[in-house]
Amino acid sequence: MTGEKRTLLTIVTEAALENELTGVLPRLGAGGYTIVNARGRGSRGVRDAGWTSDSNIRVEVICDPETADRISAHLREHYYRDYAMILYLSDVAVLRPEKF
Amino acid sequence: MDPVILFFLLGLVAGLARSDLRLPPAIYELLSILLLLTIGLKGGVELAQQPIGAILPQAVAVVLMGTAFPLVVYPLLRFPGRLDRPNAASIAAHYGSVSVATYAVGVTYLAGVGVGFEAHLALFLVLLEMPAIMVGILLARGVSRDTKWGRLTHEIFLGKSIVLLLGGLIIGWVAGPEGIEPLEPLFFESFKGVLALFLLEMGLIAASQSRALRESGLVLVAFGALAPVPLAVCGAVLGWAIGLSPGGTTMLAVLAGSASYIAAPAAMRIAVPEANPALSLTASLGVTFPFNIFIGIPIYLAIANWLHG
Repeated sequence: MTGEKRTLLTIVTEAALENELTGVLPRLGAGGYTIVNARGRGSRGVRDAGWTSDSNIRVEVICDPETADRISAHLREHYYRDYAMILYLSDVAVLRPEKF
Repeated sequence: MDPVILFFLLGLVAGLARSDLRLPPAIYELLSILLLLTIGLKGGVELAQQPIGAILPQAVAVVLMGTAFPLVVYPLLRFPGRLDRPNAASIAAHYGSVSVATYAVGVTYLAGVGVGFEAHLALFLVLLEMPAIMVGILLARGVSRDTKWGRLTHEIFLGKSIVLLLGGLIIGWVAGPEGIEPLEPLFFESFKGVLALFLLEMGLIAASQSRALRESGLVLVAFGALAPVPLAVCGAVLGWAIGLSPGGTTMLAVLAGSASYIAAPAAMRIAVPEANPALSLTASLGVTFPFNIFIGIPIYLAIANWLHG
């Protein structure tokens, strides 16, 4: 497969943070994002999306590596301590690099 | 026992027995929207038929009560209860604020025993949601420059429960009894059915809190069970003093004795992230809510009747 390399940043966190994140991500340089509802289990117990305070979201951002680093640093600093949050990065190939 | 409460029990038992029963989140959302709008509409229709001026002093007294509650609860949790500052403040905010589902069960209970009450209690429900949350945030944060009050005010005043309750009140007030009539089958006639399904889900959610209940210790369980009656007595005395009927006094006691689990958790999660949401939800949803719907509400009616001689 051809295409240019970009970084896919995936954030799994509490649904309560959705409004925060949608404000913060564009400011840190994300050109766009995709949010899906999620549920699962981690160090903060089962989060089974029975209702709002038990719900998770998964946020995906495709961007260049520098932006991904900037976003991860910001999230680590502001949310890691008090919120359920998992971050991971992966390499993806995109077909229209001008979009990301 | 009112059948709607049995639906709560069904949810609780099914949840504890790990049944795969669950309501899709969108349905739960819709049920809560219907519940909030119905309560708002009903209050609005009745408000249209009475002078607003007479209610104003009562409303001020009710807001003062909502402000005072967290100030009383906080030191109790902080010192005898040995909770840290953010958690004590967060729980105090939950108990100063109110629960719509408890109010709805109170409405059906009073209808069942044939006791009427003033419709503007729905307005008091709206007024009591907010001040305690503000006070709770202040207790946790102090008056600091870092608090993003703009965002928080938005969160609190434009939270969905306030928007729907207030929106319903205004629509009911503008439309009046005749205007609302075509909407009655959806909102008023199906109220008990909606409440029953809502309580089924509440039972499931309460069951999911049971593990946290065991982990959070005796202090919170004791607090959740012991706090409602004294708080409700304050509400009843206030209701009696501001000239509410026995039914209205009961409903103000129900509001005072109830603890929030929708508006307060959402606001606290953003405003006081250090507070552990499991603690406040365990107390308000796992202990206080069942206590109120099974035992509390009949006691509050008895207290109101006793006050009114």
